[in-house]
Amino acid sequence: MANHAVEADGLRVVRGGREVVRGLTFTVPQGAVVGLLGPSGCGKTTLMRAVVGVQIVAGGTVSVLGHPAGDRALRRRVAYATQNAAVYADLSVRENLRYFASVLGAPRGDADRVISEVGLGGEHDRLVSGLSGGQRGRVSLAIALLGEPELLVLDEPTVGLDPVLRGELWELFHDLAGRGVTLLVSSHVMDEASRCERLLLMREGELLADDTPEGLRASTGTADLEGAFLRVIQGRDQGQEAGA
Amino acid sequence: MSLTITLATTRRILAQLRRDHRTLGLLILVPSLLMVLLRYVLDAPGAFDRFGPVLMGVFPFVVMFVVTSVGTLRERTSGTLERLMTTPLGKLDLLLGYALAFGVTALVQAAVVGTIALTWLGLDLRGPTWTLFLMTLLDGWLGMALGLFASAFARTEFQAVQFMPAFALPQLLLAGLFVPREQMSVGLRWASDVMPLTYAVDAMQQLTRHADITGTLVRDAVVIASCMLLALVLGAATLRRRTA
Repeated sequence: MANHAVEADGLRVVRGGREVVRGLTFTVPQGAVVGLLGPSGCGKTTLMRAVVGVQIVAGGTVSVLGHPAGDRALRRRVAYATQNAAVYADLSVRENLRYFASVLGAPRGDADRVISEVGLGGEHDRLVSGLSGGQRGRVSLAIALLGEPELLVLDEPTVGLDPVLRGELWELFHDLAGRGVTLLVSSHVMDEASRCERLLLMREGELLADDTPEGLRASTGTADLEGAFLRVIQGRDQGQEAGA
Repeated sequence: MSLTITLATTRRILAQLRRDHRTLGLLILVPSLLMVLLRYVLDAPGAFDRFGPVLMGVFPFVVMFVVTSVGTLRERTSGTLERLMTTPLGKLDLLLGYALAFGVTALVQAAVVGTIALTWLGLDLRGPTWTLFLMTLLDGWLGMALGLFASAFARTEFQAVQFMPAFALPQLLLAGLFVPREQMSVGLRWASDVMPLTYAVDAMQQLTRHADITGTLVRDAVVIASCMLLALVLGAATLRRRTA
């Protein structure tokens, strides 16, 4: 369907003999900012890797913008920023961006555009190895913004950033969504969840909730999302005990 | 396969090398110093003429092996390889990008070491000088291709560096440098026959003995080029778009 950027059906991933993604079915609407939330180790990164098409999957399907995940046709249309900054530490900020711009066939001026979009305007010529962790993460994010990707998959893009910068990045994400770009953003910070249009809550490889922030608060009868998540998790654990 | 992406990759790798002054210095200085050392250790007439060119063939092999295996391992562990695999970059673009960058490096190294050897150290080469550089380039590429392949089996840089003696030293022992191949037992002789470095050493020995391009030299060059291509294909098979 054209109005879903991502459609996963019964997605299963097995890593090291352990099922880390257990039959997930969900959709990501086009032009939305969707938050993927859950504790560390719950399978968020694996799920994102499956959406980008770099993860060997054990079962189910993922289709992205109407193609199977990882399809050749998607290599310019889907951008991915991993949790650890995937950048060349021994190159300058600008050299990193120029290289990836050439690989993606992005216009030459694009490197400078994305550098200022992530707030690294004054750091063009600094070596990435000399940057702070948060700055490195932003270089990695900038690479994902090169060209005109239609789907951005961002794994914890705001870790280690000060609140002002985090706010600015979320504004950028919403600007992009306003232009029709779809964003799948993972986080474990609850105040970021409220900035998303939809939330996918994961725990131990399973999807516990797929709802809007308002819907989640309403269905759990809680005022804040932290409480809503707790309620969802408790409800599920009780359900499992009752079933057992 | 895209020329733009290949050349951008070459430029990127050369920029990384240029930034690393110490590595660059070691790449050029160490072989030069070893050449001088060899010249004065082998103070018998004709001895340097016999062993000098052989050493010139072994340097680029060893150096490119280490540089490539550590370089590609870094790409694998830093996540840049995975990131590149989500872009339009083809495996061939990456491999050719590396081959061009390290080919240039091997030639610069050979030019400096060769000039020192042929002028100051008075190396007497019977064969044409360009064949010396051609063989040096082929040996460098062979090291690069094997290094790329070996890097797939290393998890850490410690391991990657240890692969160099594991790959190079047995080949050197069997190449006929220490004991003529004719004097080896049948088993060792067979082992020697299938080692690519045997042909690299033999080619350099041809250059020191014959003024014209012998059939053996051509055979050696073809064997080295074929081994390089084979190792490159095996190495390419280790670059996966999807991983567990």
